[in-house]
Amino acid sequence: MAGVLAILEQRDGVLKKVSYEVVTAARSLADRLGTGVDAIAIGPMALDATSATTFGAEEVVILADDRLTLYQPHLYLRAVVERAKAKDYGAILLSATALGKDLGPRLAARLGCPLAADVAEIEVNDGIVVSRPVYAGKAVCRAKVTAPCCVISLRPNSVTPVEQPRTATLHHAVLGLDSDRPVARTAAMKAPAEAKLDVAEAPIVVSGGRGLKEPGNFTLLEELAHALGAAAVGASRAAVDAGWRPHGDQVGQTGKTVSPGLYFAIGISGAIQHLAGMRTAKVIVAINKDKDAPIFKVADYGIVGDLFEIVPRLTQEIKKLKAGA
Amino acid sequence: MKIAVCIKRVPDTETRIKIAADGRSIDESGIKFVLNPYDEYAVEEALRRKEAAGSGEVVVIALGSDVVQETIRTALAMGVDRGVLLKTDQRVADPLVTARALVAELQTGGYDLILFGKLAIDDYHHAVGPMVAEFLGLPCVSAVVRLELGDGKGTAEREVEGGVEVVEFPLPAVLTADKGLNEPRYPALKGIMAAKKKPLEVKPVTLEPGGLEVLQLALPPERKPGRIVGEGPDAVPALIEALRAEAKVL
Repeated sequence: MAGVLAILEQRDGVLKKVSYEVVTAARSLADRLGTGVDAIAIGPMALDATSATTFGAEEVVILADDRLTLYQPHLYLRAVVERAKAKDYGAILLSATALGKDLGPRLAARLGCPLAADVAEIEVNDGIVVSRPVYAGKAVCRAKVTAPCCVISLRPNSVTPVEQPRTATLHHAVLGLDSDRPVARTAAMKAPAEAKLDVAEAPIVVSGGRGLKEPGNFTLLEELAHALGAAAVGASRAAVDAGWRPHGDQVGQTGKTVSPGLYFAIGISGAIQHLAGMRTAKVIVAINKDKDAPIFKVADYGIVGDLFEIVPRLTQEIKKLKAGA
Repeated sequence: MKIAVCIKRVPDTETRIKIAADGRSIDESGIKFVLNPYDEYAVEEALRRKEAAGSGEVVVIALGSDVVQETIRTALAMGVDRGVLLKTDQRVADPLVTARALVAELQTGGYDLILFGKLAIDDYHHAVGPMVAEFLGLPCVSAVVRLELGDGKGTAEREVEGGVEVVEFPLPAVLTADKGLNEPRYPALKGIMAAKKKPLEVKPVTLEPGGLEVLQLALPPERKPGRIVGEGPDAVPALIEALRAEAKVL
């Protein structure tokens, strides 16, 4: 059986958590197929990809060049295509991040193989079978790969990274001349003054809706997120459409579908398109003044009442808990 | 400026999904179908670019059965000049199949810009735009939230985790639109009347086989019933205790 290739993603030369998720999924798939795992890491000179071996890669190709600090679609694509053509993989895995959602389809087109996007689960059952949420999570589609190779983008947070160290070979590849074809080039990355977690990747998401009443009140959620630690602030469509929050923070069918370990829905009634986007969260907490709000039907824990009284108290208690821990 | 926008007919976001008897598709009865919301941003952007240029043509292209003509008419009512339906009754599971069918139509069009929505809210592939760009050998920026076009080139911004990428590209190019790019217009009555007379060409297509076969479409597992831990701020300690001891997430 042809091997499995894991495409790793970095930021400022450091592998992102989603990269370990991808290697872990690749390892698990390869074990069931009885084959091996290679990984490819593309990034700046300072790129450190050795940790990929900790999660089960046997061979790591490292392409480190300062022209690759930012995501350059044509160069990243060329590097992966070259590797894929040399080794003839049965499956190529990457994370369904902004990068993966762009690179995955390009790669599938170049290799002429199917793409299974935003996959939550991979089975081996007389071939590769993927399960992916569709209709923003209102349904799950199980599909069988009928081609000899496939590209699979893995939904962030759907796999827990597992350490399974391997003695691996590291190859340093060299980036050739840049393309003279007309291409799109990433000129800059505008980062906010304070680094902020994305709702799709954060282990904890604190979301607010119309119940927050005005945009300034989102500071209450920001304070709660800050107290919790690795948390991002999300928003319902109502809050985004009102112009209270950027659309990049929207959770739901026309926003992001998220699977964090812990999700707070605060002042969100739970419209069907919102529930679709967050129902795969492991634990859901709802705070709402209406005890009949649909959000309580999917929540594991709920508090009925005035969020303006409850949230500050919650922030205070979390701070106490963290200080004691 | 000649612009193509590839569009799709999808169930409205408020739709409650029911599974059809075949266990592999949705039950379409009673569902309201709409122009994919992300495609609305693409259509709007195309119209604004044509209006700004003062001349040109905006063409929408869709793949699907005869019912998709209604979706094309919606775009025509917004102000698009003409529509093309690549007609097939086949269901497509592999986005590569859709991309190939569109490429056959797009490659002879001489378009300056080819626009897509960043994803269709039914199958969630995020795929067809970048695939088409690769097949056509054109530069591509996906999930665009801001766009500036100049003489033969453009700059687009796309939101990524923890920042915004600024991408420069030459024309012709393929772009996929994200929410935030613009505020799509509603078709006015005049537009709706005019749309009825605009050209809509129906071209039967035969699709190539894809590499994915749908085995099953199912509703997601129900979440275990939760509980209300209490009312008002006094319930906070009980919530924290539950998150800590029971759910073990704190």
